[in-house]
Amino acid sequence: MIREITIGQYYRADSMIHQLDPRTKIAGTILFIISLFVGKSIPAYIISVVLLAAVIKISTVPFSYMIRGLKAVFAILIFSVVINMFFIPGEVIIDFGFADISREGMQTAVFMAIRLVFLILGSSLMTLTTTPNQLTDGMEKLLNPLKKIGIPVHEIAMMMSIALRFIPILTEELDKIMKAQMARGAEYDQGNLIKKIKSVVPVLVPLFISSVRRANDLAMAMESRCYHGGEGRTKMKPLVYHKRDYISYAILLCYLAVIIAIRVKM
Amino acid sequence: MSIKLENVSYQYRDSKRRPALSHVTLEIKKGEFIGIAGHTGSGKSTLIQHFNGLIRPTGGTVLFDGENIHEQGYSLKELRGKVGLSFQYPEHQLFEVTVFEDVCFGPKNLGLPQDEIQKRAKQALELVGMDEKYYEKSPFELSGGQKRRVAIAGILAMEPEYFILDEPTAGLDPVGRDRILQLLKRLHEEKGITIILVTHSMEEIADYVDRILVMEQGRLRFDDTPSEVFQHKDELEQMGLSVPFYSSLIDELRQNGYFSEDSEVSAITLQEAKQAILENWKRDQQS
Amino acid sequence: MKMVQIKDLVYRYFRRDDDDNIIETIEAIAGVNMDVEKGQFIAILGHNGSGKSSLAKHINGLLQPAEGAVYVKGMNTSSEEEIWRIRQSAGIVLQNPDNQIIGNIVEEDVAFGPENIGIPTQDIWTRVAESLEAVGMEAFRLSSPNRLSGGQKQRVAIAGILAMEPECIILDEPTAMLDPKGREDVIKTVHRLNKEKGITIILITHKMDEVVDADKLFVMDHGKVVMSGTPREVFSDVEKMKEHRLEVPHAAELAYELREEGIPLPEMIMTKKELVKALCQLS
Repeated sequence: MIREITIGQYYRADSMIHQLDPRTKIAGTILFIISLFVGKSIPAYIISVVLLAAVIKISTVPFSYMIRGLKAVFAILIFSVVINMFFIPGEVIIDFGFADISREGMQTAVFMAIRLVFLILGSSLMTLTTTPNQLTDGMEKLLNPLKKIGIPVHEIAMMMSIALRFIPILTEELDKIMKAQMARGAEYDQGNLIKKIKSVVPVLVPLFISSVRRANDLAMAMESRCYHGGEGRTKMKPLVYHKRDYISYAILLCYLAVIIAIRVKM
Repeated sequence: MSIKLENVSYQYRDSKRRPALSHVTLEIKKGEFIGIAGHTGSGKSTLIQHFNGLIRPTGGTVLFDGENIHEQGYSLKELRGKVGLSFQYPEHQLFEVTVFEDVCFGPKNLGLPQDEIQKRAKQALELVGMDEKYYEKSPFELSGGQKRRVAIAGILAMEPEYFILDEPTAGLDPVGRDRILQLLKRLHEEKGITIILVTHSMEEIADYVDRILVMEQGRLRFDDTPSEVFQHKDELEQMGLSVPFYSSLIDELRQNGYFSEDSEVSAITLQEAKQAILENWKRDQQS
Repeated sequence: MKMVQIKDLVYRYFRRDDDDNIIETIEAIAGVNMDVEKGQFIAILGHNGSGKSSLAKHINGLLQPAEGAVYVKGMNTSSEEEIWRIRQSAGIVLQNPDNQIIGNIVEEDVAFGPENIGIPTQDIWTRVAESLEAVGMEAFRLSSPNRLSGGQKQRVAIAGILAMEPECIILDEPTAMLDPKGREDVIKTVHRLNKEKGITIILITHKMDEVVDADKLFVMDHGKVVMSGTPREVFSDVEKMKEHRLEVPHAAELAYELREEGIPLPEMIMTKKELVKALCQLS
């Protein structure tokens, strides 16, 4: 069934990485991505690989799951590699006649590919080891200070959490409505662009209406369970830093320092 | 003239799960009134989507009037005009600004001329008992039962030869339920439409259908008249389906000696049970 | 003190045109008086549109009366200060299983209610465990709701209410979207909660076989209570039930028809067993 495809593809396990506070993982992923753009050299990327590989190993998530995320961006990857290889001017190293590859192009292409791959792997690692709820809880707590300037952090986190919960349901409903209209002779791939856009109306309108109905039901359910905003709420799973989080932060900062050092030296 | 499934199987892409359908062979002849019963997960909903080509089998063939519907060049759109399908809670597919326009959606897709579309829409709405005063209303202003009738009209407007309905009485109260079943009976008797009803209440359909197909775990377990199917009381109960109340009442009366062991008495409906008991009573009074 | 008291309740809603002028007034509830004692299992029957759903939503204050008042444990549902205590005392389970589950995992959804009322973390864990056990869903604690059947989802919804430790649970057509097995599981659970934990149950439905064991039935039509009494009393008036667009249990209906034909069956037969016994005794 469609609704069994989970968003972010959480892989259930009990590794150290799984047990880390989501805030640590969010911050870590951001720092890692930054490091990919700061460290613009092979030695830096080698260190990044080592860190990434180590974390993947500790997480016990099978490598096949990590690869899945790459499949999605495979096309973009190839596209950007090709563009960079052939269209960046510089010292020509391979000449095809109608097109050529420069050293700079090659280097940019390779670095861009590395960055994209590591970025995907790093983010996948975060979503594979953190449940959607933990992620929204983590972001809510990280962004909490913004409440002081009037940003409704709790409400946004609640919205995101509910959205995550309902995406598989809406996807399945979309499929059902599409089929119901097809049973009445609807087709979605015929004709020119205008026709194709029009063919979406019989699917979007019912979906929209049912979503509004769901939202209404959900609001009643939430009110009935005494939801009245973020004030006075306690948590079943409050986020608390442990020693492993502090150690992780330390490792991350050292890593970042090394990357910066390499960059500065170059 | 029929819908025929020959050794049809369907396997989801995630092949770790058992097949949704396993080697199903059946034939639904024009003019029949068929019931398809089965517990949730039995494959009955997947089955009916094969009848109009919404799902393509991973094994076996689907034939409409002798033609393989998945052959190159076969128009599935045309097929869907002849084999109408209503999903559960069909009112969820309503989208047009007015009731009338929504009912016109089907015939419009079939590419019919405007006057034909309007004629069919009017006829369909009349069939389901929706008065002209509702034509210009928004479908979303109607009650649940009315919306459902409009949705059903939307498929009738295509003038299908076969009409498949997945749990058409779901969520309706007793009166709403009877209304829909009476409508289907009328469509079958007066318009000659072949009706295929999916349900998990055999009780509901026992009164109306010529044959019951019982699905279990993707397989076709029984394919017979209601009285024959209800003989398999124990197996049906194991599958989570129950025989109609009156059927098991007569059985229990027989077990308790009210009817003699070898008596051929059986009943599916209230009237049949009443008759059987009355006859017995009158016989008792005379002796 | 009665668990729930409904006094002269009237509820209207309006249909407006594009300029916001009222074009139609619908009186969904046209004067209802009803009392529910602690620990009772009562059922409210009615066809679609009879007003039973609107009535259910008044009990926990989701809807507010146009006239009259509703009291839960003596608290008025119109009171802004007391509404949260009312909702903690009287929880509601709605019809659509998906549209009341908020959490991404079962145990997190059950915790939603306690989190909202500020229960300390440790106690939340205890309540979640106990609630899931009470509805027989402990094995599914860490499951995603998407993997559950309709009946299982409704039981999770009930657990979510139980976790707030209510004294009364209202169920608004909880089985309307379920298959027979799901229906059976939910009704069994609800009966068990009533018998073993003494929770007052108010079940709204139009399915007769779900209410044969209730303490008291109320039948609604056109926004009013038109019949009330024990199941036996209510179901023996087959004609009146049909007038109100409802059915009676099969045994009751058959017994009624046989009686009309002259067979002297006793009144108030409701189940197959009773009918078989009565017929055999006459034979």
